[in-house]
Amino acid sequence: MDVAIVGIGIHPFGRTPERTGLQQGAYAARLALKDAGVEWKDMQFGFGGSASAGSADALVNELGLTGLPFINVANGCATGGSSLLSAYNAIKSGEYDIGLVSGFDKHDRGAFNADPKELGIGEWYGETGMMMTTQFFAMKIQRYMDMYNISKDTLAKVAEKAFINGSKNPNAWRRDPIALEEIANALMISDPLTKYMFCAPGEGGVGLVLCRADKAKQYNDNPIYLKGAAFRSRRYGSFEVFAPSQALEQVDGPTVDASKAAFEMAGVGPKDIDVLQLQDTESGAEIMHMAENGFCEHGEQEQLINSGATQINGSMPINTDGGCLANGEPIGATGLRQVYETCLQLRHQAGDHQVPNEPQLGYTHVYGAPGISAVTVLQR
Amino acid sequence: MSTQLPIAEGLFTWPSENPALLGSRCQSCGIADFPVKKSCMACGSEDVTTEELPRRGKLWTWTIQGFMPKRPYKSDETMETFRPYGVGYVELPGAICVESRLVENTPEQLKIGMEMELVVDTFRHDEDGNEVVSFAFKAV
Repeated sequence: MDVAIVGIGIHPFGRTPERTGLQQGAYAARLALKDAGVEWKDMQFGFGGSASAGSADALVNELGLTGLPFINVANGCATGGSSLLSAYNAIKSGEYDIGLVSGFDKHDRGAFNADPKELGIGEWYGETGMMMTTQFFAMKIQRYMDMYNISKDTLAKVAEKAFINGSKNPNAWRRDPIALEEIANALMISDPLTKYMFCAPGEGGVGLVLCRADKAKQYNDNPIYLKGAAFRSRRYGSFEVFAPSQALEQVDGPTVDASKAAFEMAGVGPKDIDVLQLQDTESGAEIMHMAENGFCEHGEQEQLINSGATQINGSMPINTDGGCLANGEPIGATGLRQVYETCLQLRHQAGDHQVPNEPQLGYTHVYGAPGISAVTVLQR
Repeated sequence: MSTQLPIAEGLFTWPSENPALLGSRCQSCGIADFPVKKSCMACGSEDVTTEELPRRGKLWTWTIQGFMPKRPYKSDETMETFRPYGVGYVELPGAICVESRLVENTPEQLKIGMEMELVVDTFRHDEDGNEVVSFAFKAV
């Protein structure tokens, strides 16, 4: 059984003091239901996740106590991708015809401060100041730049593009372009990454209504089909966040494995994709993820970025809604934001940030701690 | 004279004239790990032994922590006295890459591939005034 997305809804990302995270999730869910022309009582199941804004299943208190099974999903930054995959499998198995996927969050200001105990690491690791996601990302791109001769200018260009794209997206948090020099010369957070090259924890919510593909047209004239969806965790030898040590011999990370699996399911390749969203926790992540997802060879990124290929009008438009850099990262919602944006693009309804020439195939990728990735291939 | 206490038991040999990090070695697949674990992270075998890791290695990658982290970071510093610190992975030959604070803390002092060696030094003081010692790597 193929699966389609027939309803999409989003609560603007950023800071919304007047609404709780749960209320932002409900707001987005109501928009998604309306978009599909269905009611909450029509939903046969729900999957959802939030890291810091309470239990996603509490959405039923906002939307109505209908008795449906609603399962909480928690998988770090890959929570949204994992919720979507759960719903995909629930429909594909033939068990259900239609259901809701939800993701929302509301985080405190400042960098995440993780607890080593939750990951089975000694307290000394946090106490000595090594348990910082920002450090991992900085160290990964530092080595990558050394190996593949990528310049600091390219890091700044990725952030510059994100803020330009965000300025065209009414639901983005950061709506103002920032000059390249200002990005490059901003406060250094963790060498080589400045403050404008990192995304910030934020708030937002996304809802999606999924159904059996053969019934999709009943709900929406413009369904988007999930052609591939895969999730992978790390193998021994991949360089991951929160690792007090790592193997001498490196192997491909979970992104490479998830990407290959999703493309295989979809029966298409990276060259067929018209618009893509890649996890851009920071500028360097977008660069490395271009290659890890198969869209170029390692080391080709600088030339591609300089040529404009990754811009909205380019041949490989990446993070057309501004990505995490312009939208912030509410953990539970971020992977679904990518899917929301890709559906908009494939429906040709993205307005000022619409990719030209009527894109037909889209791609999303989330990566999170402690080394997990979720990927989708979406088709008009 | 205050007492020197290690930040965690079993992380490195202490007290010692010539301290070394302690790792585990899988007797089934040969993979090393740090810190010591009860099973192998590569194959899951519980047949692991403890060994001293090499004291010298090469810098694999690095960064500099530019702002004072929130808890669980726990040092003697205040926002006013905080100084950026280096963090890196050091490739210990025949064993594993270990993440560590670095004595060097400016980009000019650090280069991938440079030789580093282990040091153990006071990291903070505890409530009773004892010196809490931790490990770092410094350029040779």
